[in-house]
Amino acid sequence: MQSIVVENIVKTYCVKKTVVEALKEISFTVEKGEIFGIIGPDGAGKTSLFRILTTLLLADSGNASIDGFDVIKDYKQIRNRVGYMPGKFSLYQDLSVQENLEFFATIFNTSIEENYDLVKDIYQQIEPFKTRKAGQLSGGMKQKLALCCALIHKPSVLFLDEPTTGVDAVSRKEFWEMLHRLKLQGITILVSTPYMDEASLCDRVALIQKGEILSINTPKGITKDFKKPLWSVKANEMFRLMNAIKENTEVESCYPFGQYHHVVFISQENVKEKLEEIARKGNFTDFEVQLIEPNIEDCFMALMKE
Amino acid sequence: MNQFLIFVKKEWLHIWRDRRTLFILIWMPVVQILLYGFALTNEVKNAKIAIFDQSKDEATTAITNEISASRYFNLIKNVHSYKDIEATFREGKIRLAVVFPLGFRNDLLHTNHAQIQLIADATDPNTANMLTNYATAIINNYQQSITQNEKLPYTIKTQVRMLYNPELKGAYSFVPGVMALVLMLVCAMMTSISIVREKEIGTMEVILVSPLKPFRIIIAKTIPYLLVSMLNIASILLLSVFVLDVPIVGSLGLLIAESILFTVTSLSVGILISNTAKTQQTAQFTSLMSLFLPTLLFSGFLFPIENMPIPLQVISNIVPAKWYYIIIKSIMIKGLGFTAIWKETLILVGMTVILLSISIKNFKIRLS
Amino acid sequence: MQNEKVITAKELTKRFGSFTAVDKISFDVKKGEIFGFLGANGAGKTTAMRMLCGLSLPTSGAATVAGFDVYEQNELIKKNIGYMSQKFSLYEDLTIRENIKLYAGIYGLTDERIKEKTTMLLKDLHMEGEEKTLVRALPLGWKQKLAFSIAIVHDPAIVFLDEPTGGVDPITRREFWTLIYEASAKGITVFVTTHYMDEAEYCNRVSIMVDGRIDALDSPANLMKNHSAKSMDDVFLQLARKAVRKE
Repeated sequence: MQSIVVENIVKTYCVKKTVVEALKEISFTVEKGEIFGIIGPDGAGKTSLFRILTTLLLADSGNASIDGFDVIKDYKQIRNRVGYMPGKFSLYQDLSVQENLEFFATIFNTSIEENYDLVKDIYQQIEPFKTRKAGQLSGGMKQKLALCCALIHKPSVLFLDEPTTGVDAVSRKEFWEMLHRLKLQGITILVSTPYMDEASLCDRVALIQKGEILSINTPKGITKDFKKPLWSVKANEMFRLMNAIKENTEVESCYPFGQYHHVVFISQENVKEKLEEIARKGNFTDFEVQLIEPNIEDCFMALMKE
Repeated sequence: MNQFLIFVKKEWLHIWRDRRTLFILIWMPVVQILLYGFALTNEVKNAKIAIFDQSKDEATTAITNEISASRYFNLIKNVHSYKDIEATFREGKIRLAVVFPLGFRNDLLHTNHAQIQLIADATDPNTANMLTNYATAIINNYQQSITQNEKLPYTIKTQVRMLYNPELKGAYSFVPGVMALVLMLVCAMMTSISIVREKEIGTMEVILVSPLKPFRIIIAKTIPYLLVSMLNIASILLLSVFVLDVPIVGSLGLLIAESILFTVTSLSVGILISNTAKTQQTAQFTSLMSLFLPTLLFSGFLFPIENMPIPLQVISNIVPAKWYYIIIKSIMIKGLGFTAIWKETLILVGMTVILLSISIKNFKIRLS
Repeated sequence: MQNEKVITAKELTKRFGSFTAVDKISFDVKKGEIFGFLGANGAGKTTAMRMLCGLSLPTSGAATVAGFDVYEQNELIKKNIGYMSQKFSLYEDLTIRENIKLYAGIYGLTDERIKEKTTMLLKDLHMEGEEKTLVRALPLGWKQKLAFSIAIVHDPAIVFLDEPTGGVDPITRREFWTLIYEASAKGITVFVTTHYMDEAEYCNRVSIMVDGRIDALDSPANLMKNHSAKSMDDVFLQLARKAVRKE
C-alpha cells in the first residue's frame, strides 16, 4: 500500500517581483513502513514539500495524498494521522520536558499513558530530565523530545524536516537508530536532510536540487548508476595535487573528499598511469591511487552537473 | 475540552514563568495610576498671577494683599485692561488673573453684592481648577472677616472663567484613561506577541497540523490575558478608590461588564495584528503604533477631542478606547446608568464583532 | 608547511563555578595548518574557542594566539584573527561591496587597499559585476564563500570557522574547501569546528574534545589507524560515547 503519493507538485513563490520555483513538477511515492529520504542542500525545496504534504501549504498544481487522503480536500483527516517535526521546531523552551509532551499529547486528543509504548524507547532516555525546561536541554535531547512529541498521537506517517541539522554525531547516530525501530512498528517515515552520508540509512532516497528530483532509488541503486570509474588519489600536498590534476584536459572532474581527491576521467584508458604521471611530474611524495566505489555525494555531484 | 484546557494551562505557564514580563504587566498600571495620581494631588505653589483692579478701593486692596500674601500665589503684574490680561496669558507668564470690576466696594457695601472674576489658563485643567479653588477660598475668608465685624450679609460672588477648556474636562479623567491604556497594551500587544512567538519558534506549524480548531487556539491564547487584565482593572479601581479618593459613583457591576467588553475588543485587535506580523518585534511595534499612540491621543484622556481639528475628531471615532473612555467616565465619575451609555456600548460591541470576525476568519489554517 | 606555531595552549582551563567547561587542554597549531576542532554538543568547544578569540578570559593555564597572550593582549588578538560562523556572517541588507567595505574598514584597511582587495576578492569568487547585489539575494553557497573571503580580507594570521558549511550542496561545499586550501597555502591558519566528520577529514590535524578535555589529537589518517576505524565518524563515536557529562 502506498502511504504517500506525490504527483506533479509545483510550488512557486513571488519574492520581490521575481518568481522563484521552489518545486518543479515533483512526483514520487512512498510505500507503507518505508523510510524515505529527501536529500538535498538548503533551498532545494525540501521544506516547501513537507509543508504541502502536511497540509500547511497549498501547491500551485499537482496532487498529493497521504494514506489515500487528499492534502487539500481531506486536510482534517490528514492532520489527525500524521506526525510532523518542522525544521526549525524548537518546542516550548519555558515548559518542562513533561509539560511539553503532555501538551502535544492532549492537543492531539490522546494522553502520554495511552501511547506510552510507542515513545517508551525514546522517552526513557530523557525521562531523568523530565522536570527540566526544554530550553536547558542539549541539542540531542531536544531532538529526542521533539520526536516524542511528534509521535505521541501514534501517527501512521511521520514527517521529519531536517531533524539532524546542527546535532552532534553521537546524537545523530542514536536518532537514526530510533527511526529504524519506529519503522519496525509500521510507521512510514519521510525524512529530509542536507547531509549526504545519511542517505545510506534510508530505504529509498530522492536526491533533490533546486526544486527538481535528480534521482529516486535505493541508496545502493543510486551509487550503481554512477557511470564512470572513480579514482581516489592522495599525496603530500593535496591542494597542489588538485590543481595539477585539474590542469589535465582529460580529467572530467576532481573533487576533494576529506583526505583524498576523487577523480573521474573522460576516457577510461590507462587512467592509473596518467595519474601517476601527474604525480611524478609534480614531484609529489606519498602518492596513492586506487579505484573506489562511489558514494552518494559523488553521485549527487555527477547528477548536479548533468 | 481537554485540548482546550491544556492550551490555556500552557499559555498560563508561559506568562507565569516569564517573571519579568509578568512583573511589568502587574505593576505597570499601579505605577501609572500612582504617577498620575501624584501629579494631580501635587500642590501648586507660587503660581504667577496678574490682577486687573478697576476700582482700587479699600476692599480690593485688602483682597489683593491677602492673595499675594498666600503661598499659593505670586503676584507679578498689575494689568490695566482685558486685552492686557489676554496678552499676558498668551505669553505664558501667568496662570490666573483676578479681575475686580469698577466700584467693587460700593457694590459690596450698598447692594451687598459684589463680583470678582477669576480667569484661569485651563490648558492644564487640574491646575486651573486648583488655583481657582484657592483664590475663591481666600476671597471667602475675606468675606467672612468683614461679615463678622459688620453683621451685614455682604456677599462676594466669584465668577470663574476657564480659558481654552471651559468644561474643565480632565479632572479624575486619568483613571479611566489609564484603564483604557493598560487594557489595550496588555491584551492587544501581549496576545499578538504570544501568537507570533509560536510562529517564530515553529510550534505553530505543529499546532496547525493538530486537530485543534483554529478558533479554539485563538480563544485559548486570549484567556490568560483576559485574566491578567481583570487583575489590572481590580488593582486600578482599588488604588483609585482607596489611595486617590476617586470615587466610583456609578454601578461597579456595569463598570466591570463594560471593561470586559473592551478587553475583548483589545484582544481581537491583538489577534488581528498577529495575523499579519511575522516577527515579535513587528507585532510589538505595530501594537505600539496602532494602539498605544491612538489611545493616548484620541481617547480624550490627555487631549480634549472637542478642541481638535475636525478630521482628527472624525478619526477619533474609530479608536475603541475613545468609547470606552466615555463609558467609564460616565459610570465612574458622573454616576450614570446604562441608559446613558447604551449608544457607546453598542458602538463598542459593533467594533468587537467586526474585529473578532475578521481576525478569526483571517487566522490561517495554513501557512502563508 | 612551516613549523612556526600560531596557536599554543597549555593546560588552558575555564571554570564556571564548580563546572569545568574546559579542562587543562594543551595543543599547538602550526602556521598554515587546517586544524579541526571537534566535540559533541556541550564538550566545551565553544568555550575553548571563545578563549582563543580573546572573548573570554581563561580561569588558568596559558595560551598565545598569533603570538599574543590571551590574558593581556586580547585586543591585539582580535585584530589578527578572522571569524566566520554559519549563523552570523554578513549583513543581508547590504550589497556585496558594502559588506566588504564594512569589514575591511573595521580592520582598518586603507581605502586604496579596500578597493584593491574588493576587486581581487570578486575576481577570485567569480562574482565580478555583482558588487551591487544585495547579499540577501545570493544563494546560500555564494554567501558562505563570500563570508569566508571577507573573514580573511585583512590577511589575519588565523581564521576561526564555526560550523561553516552547513546545508550547502556538495559542489559548493567543495568550492568552499578549495578556498580554505588556498588560504592555508597562503599561510593563513584555519581553525574549524564542525559536527560533520567528513568535513573533519579535510583537516591536516583534528582534535576531539570529550567532557572538556582533548581526548585525541592527530591527523585523520592516524586517528583512524589508532582506533581501527573505517571513518572519522567511527573514531568520533568511539571517543564521544565515553562522555559522562550530558550538556
